[in-house]
Amino acid sequence: MSRISSVFDNKKGTLLIPYLTAGYPSLQETVEAVLLLEKSGADIIELGIPFSDPLVDGVTIQQAANKALQNGVNIKMCINAVRLIRKSSSIPLIFMGYYNPILQYGLEDFCADSSSAGVDGFIIPDLPPEEAGMLEKSAFSRGLDLIYLVAPNTPDERVKYIAERSRGFLYLVSVEGVTGMRESLPPGLPEFVKRVKKHASLPLCMGFGISTKEQAGRIAQLVDGVIVGSSIICHLSGKNWRTALPAYVHELKSHFR
Amino acid sequence: MTDDMVPDEKGYFGSFGGRFVPEILAPALDELTEAYRQAKKDPDFQRELYRLLAEWAGRPTPLYEAVNFAEKLGSKARIFLKREDLLHTGAHKINNVLGQGLLAVKMGKKRIIAETGAGQHGVAVAAVCAMLKMECVIYMGEKDMARQSPNVARMQLLGAEVKPAGGENGTLKEAVNEAFRDWVASVRETHYLLGSVVGPHPFPMMVRDFQSVIGREVKEQLKTRYNRLPDYLIACVGGGSNAMGLFYPFVKEQTVKMVGVEAGGQDPASGRHAATLSMGRPGVFHGARSLLLQDADGNIAEVHSISAGLDYPGVGPEHSYLKESGRADYTAVLDKEALQAVEFLSLTEGIIPALESAHALAYTMKLAPSLKEGQIVVVNLSGRGDKDLEIIREQMEGKR
Repeated sequence: MSRISSVFDNKKGTLLIPYLTAGYPSLQETVEAVLLLEKSGADIIELGIPFSDPLVDGVTIQQAANKALQNGVNIKMCINAVRLIRKSSSIPLIFMGYYNPILQYGLEDFCADSSSAGVDGFIIPDLPPEEAGMLEKSAFSRGLDLIYLVAPNTPDERVKYIAERSRGFLYLVSVEGVTGMRESLPPGLPEFVKRVKKHASLPLCMGFGISTKEQAGRIAQLVDGVIVGSSIICHLSGKNWRTALPAYVHELKSHFR
Repeated sequence: MTDDMVPDEKGYFGSFGGRFVPEILAPALDELTEAYRQAKKDPDFQRELYRLLAEWAGRPTPLYEAVNFAEKLGSKARIFLKREDLLHTGAHKINNVLGQGLLAVKMGKKRIIAETGAGQHGVAVAAVCAMLKMECVIYMGEKDMARQSPNVARMQLLGAEVKPAGGENGTLKEAVNEAFRDWVASVRETHYLLGSVVGPHPFPMMVRDFQSVIGREVKEQLKTRYNRLPDYLIACVGGGSNAMGLFYPFVKEQTVKMVGVEAGGQDPASGRHAATLSMGRPGVFHGARSLLLQDADGNIAEVHSISAGLDYPGVGPEHSYLKESGRADYTAVLDKEALQAVEFLSLTEGIIPALESAHALAYTMKLAPSLKEGQIVVVNLSGRGDKDLEIIREQMEGKR
């Protein structure tokens, strides 16, 4: 069983899954932040590989990616960062990245190097299952999970198809829109989750637009894991992030039941 | 219209194309594929499209023999210009925009978004939206808004909202990014009216089909007058829609040579260019697998062209396919060669071409002396140059 699946199997409450862009504000701080997030109660980490043109990301993550690219961060360096993290951590780690950099690195090499460094799975928002056959082959043979996304407008039949292909968990996009903090989340999320549950037997996690403790608390009642990204990036951008970040994680988790 | 082998039902032209998009767009692309499939065989839709192309946009466009141009170049061949520059809104873009606009009405969409580089696509979309009573938002790179400001004013006059994209260096790539981000958030009521043969399936196929009226007319015009096929077809390539529209009806005519001309920019060796087919490697960007200008890590390259419409790091997947199969040839000309071609056509024929189309003319000027007596060359004059007057004047004054 993958490290991701076993965290869901042994969970007591809803899991918290922070996202951070590798290399923002610096790669050294990314490594430090992951370890601090784990200590503060995060359950899985989503580590973003920076890309020049992140199509589903709002301004916050776009800017973090730009900074990371200015810092010269590429896939190889992300993999090295995972090796450093793995020296002292066993938290499940997921690479979130756009497809082209992965394709240029080489699908087979990407899976081999990720696996040997201790990565547990991938989320690739611009790679639908129809186009993912080659990557699945390389990933699944090494026990790496490929996590697919469903959106509120995904038809039932397609939810079923995607859920059958997804490994580790299924990623529910909460909003129709790009990543980024919002004052309110759309209505109809309980119905969306209910609809997906009819077709999916694997754990469900929800992300996009979730930042406040109230939002996280409400989503935590619906699904197995809550993904928080842009707001984590914001908490990392201040000088005092080493105190701000754990405080924020505690605040979010205190609203999970 | 004949149904061809490419693309297959997943949108692949050989190994190029496909549909690499966030999940939220999948239902919209399925809906669009189905709506287009129906429209293609719906006589009412086709009749309305051809009525508007004729009465509102000005089709068919003339095929004009540029005798002075050829003579001055010492060419023995006959050089013809397909006058897409005479169309309403000033470029070939309107062919595709009318088609997709009617399709959007059919799908019950209330709002249209689009990207634009030079502003020609944006102006066409704004005009069609005014006529079809649709809300219209155009994304345009900030750098392009500055260098093609007359088109910004035209879009606004036509009732469109023009939104700047990508900061002060923003060009076509950033405009497409922002249009996709808008679409991800608005997909239920909005149609993304993509302006070239790029993007996820079905766009490359559908835009090609709407543009192939250009090549069909050329074929008909040459047949009527000379009862023969051309020897050369020459067109500029940014995303590649005017070239695809000219080439497509001739793909199976093996005697017809097809040449796409890209933006060589300041100097292809320096990296200051946008010659994707000449210099790119396969990659996935803006929804499709195609040739792509990128760095070693797979990040998309910063590209350059004097012509905003060619200033794009990607290219339509069908062009990558035609290059790989050897059916079409691709080359590049420099900024300064395109500028010379603008001046040359203006002085010889009294026609001011767009900087984009001038790339095709510049290559034709190089080719001309080697052509044989009686050969027929058709150059797609895809747009008119009014929008470029300021850039052209600046460049010429700089030289004098």
